[in-house]
Amino acid sequence: MNKVLVEKIKNNPDYQELVSKRSSFAIKLSVAMLAVYFAFILTIAFNPSALAAPLSAESVTTIGIPIGIAIIIFAFVLTGIYTKRANSEFDDLSNKIKQAIKED
Amino acid sequence: MNVNRIFLFLILGSIAVLASGTIDGEIVKQELNMSAIVMFLLFVSGTLGITYWAAKRTKSAKDFYTAGGGITGFQNGMAIAGDYMSAASFLGISGLVYLKGYDGLIYSIGFLVGWPIILFMIAEPLRNLGKYTFADVASYRLRQTPIRTLAAAGSIATVILYLIAQMVGAGKLIQLLFGLEYEIAVVLVGVLMILYVTFGGMLATTWVQIIKAFLLLSGATFMAIAVMAHYDFSFGSLFAHATELKGIEVMSPGGLVSDPISAISLAVALMFGTAGLPHILMRFFTVSDAKEARKSVFFATGFIGYFYILTFIIGFGAIVMVFKNPEYLDLAKQAVSGGYPILGGKNMAAIHLSHAVGGDFFLGFISAVAFATILAVVSGLTLAGASAISHDLYASVFKKGKADGMSEMRVSKMATVALGIIAIFMGIAFEQQNIAFVVGLAFAIAASANFPILFLSMYWSKLTTRGAVIGGSLGLATAVLLVILGPIVWVQILGNAEAIFPYKYPALFSVTVSFIGIWFFSITDNSYDAKAEREAFEAQYIRSQTGIGAEGASEH
Repeated sequence: MNKVLVEKIKNNPDYQELVSKRSSFAIKLSVAMLAVYFAFILTIAFNPSALAAPLSAESVTTIGIPIGIAIIIFAFVLTGIYTKRANSEFDDLSNKIKQAIKED
Repeated sequence: MNVNRIFLFLILGSIAVLASGTIDGEIVKQELNMSAIVMFLLFVSGTLGITYWAAKRTKSAKDFYTAGGGITGFQNGMAIAGDYMSAASFLGISGLVYLKGYDGLIYSIGFLVGWPIILFMIAEPLRNLGKYTFADVASYRLRQTPIRTLAAAGSIATVILYLIAQMVGAGKLIQLLFGLEYEIAVVLVGVLMILYVTFGGMLATTWVQIIKAFLLLSGATFMAIAVMAHYDFSFGSLFAHATELKGIEVMSPGGLVSDPISAISLAVALMFGTAGLPHILMRFFTVSDAKEARKSVFFATGFIGYFYILTFIIGFGAIVMVFKNPEYLDLAKQAVSGGYPILGGKNMAAIHLSHAVGGDFFLGFISAVAFATILAVVSGLTLAGASAISHDLYASVFKKGKADGMSEMRVSKMATVALGIIAIFMGIAFEQQNIAFVVGLAFAIAASANFPILFLSMYWSKLTTRGAVIGGSLGLATAVLLVILGPIVWVQILGNAEAIFPYKYPALFSVTVSFIGIWFFSITDNSYDAKAEREAFEAQYIRSQTGIGAEGASEH
């Protein structure tokens, strides 16, 4: 990639939009995943009894079980949300950028 | 002699080894499980058939390393899941749930949460910048020789450690399940793996992985359903019965992660380690573009998450159906140490459960699947190790990028055979050793050497060769040193009274050392090369974000 092309893509508004939108989206989702996971793991380290509370008086199932399963599902849902938006909106933007280069 | 003749010869040879092994098994008075052997032979002949088909389609280096780049997102997701769902995670995690209940779930969650981060941060730039190995990306704008050498060292160390764990596990498992001698089992795995990889390359490895993932998920689903059917699909009654047998402790966090430092360190190792495993990273080059790479992670996360939920049910199923069941009780061990030990140890919980829910036939199926799992994982690992040797060391460092595709492919086939032989010898040498630290060490090295270099090369414009090499080496050395000084090696293996480094997982410290080292030695680098490397970032970043100039799928 030569200097002229680099400058041109850098100044392309679609490229700027792609980079800023994608970065902020990816960071938000990463922070969401890390926050949930570290909240879970630090609860286990500092206050494990919080996860040992039974769901109801007569049940042996603890609150920790649905929480654990929910984190697994949460991780999967996050990958789905990212993939859906990236495969449509972000890919459309990068196709527009590629088109713009070809046209000149 | 042409390729097909060699191939046929090797197939017949390996079947002969297997056949003679089963007879040996009878002599040593192991229980001979016919249905397991028949199903395993079916798997082996099917996958060798695929290897034969793949061998005819593997003509160029690109075919060999990346299956021509034409694998779909769904297929690759399944293959990634196959790479990740090793026998260690199937038997190990269900065994951990069986032993400790809830703690097993904590462990699986740690293994899963790295995947979304890989998708958001790594998958796309990796696909857009690389060709065959992650070192392609790390060395994109840095000096080839030092970066490739370090990345190859990190890859080969990770691969060999992982291989040792898989080979020892394979030997013991096969010994127990099929009644084969340990050495024969290890040789058999080594020979079959060499066949798949040298002849079929990435195409065969991918399909072996997909088939195995499908079989493993089907078998585990059946077991989980069979367990739940006993309790009218009520988790409440399953858990109630389990607590009657094992006490209420199985429902809540136990001693797996006792202090905050260990908890965070384990989390760092699992997350960043996953994103630095060479055989996983290599899978992203088998798809055609960034779109398919994203889909791969989406499907892989789904399959892996589903699998971990199944292993949790299977572990509890083993508590209610295997624990205290006289059929699976190890009487000899009970006489010595008391309690209710099961035959073959806690890692056999899922295997015994398969017998409890489905009889000899299903036990045979699950045993064959466990063996297939080891074979597939070992193949993926070896291919990644061989690519580091041929693509990074031979073609880029030794030949300075002037090697042609054919000679590069020849070197990688030789490297595959060499790694296979190393794996067989290591598997035999480590039979009686405590190998609890090897997978942890593999993850620590991947997290401390491979991941920081890869990540910063993608996102940090000020990274220089000097920073990456010094920081990455410091991370690698710290990880190895802290594992040696830690409780497992220093106390359990070397027999010292107290560990010099008190934590089992060094990643928090070694990853920090690596990042700080890379940062410090990059910003203080005022060389002429460093300036050029920083200036080249912009063009690299554009390609990583848009895919302009990225490697496409090859035409067939």
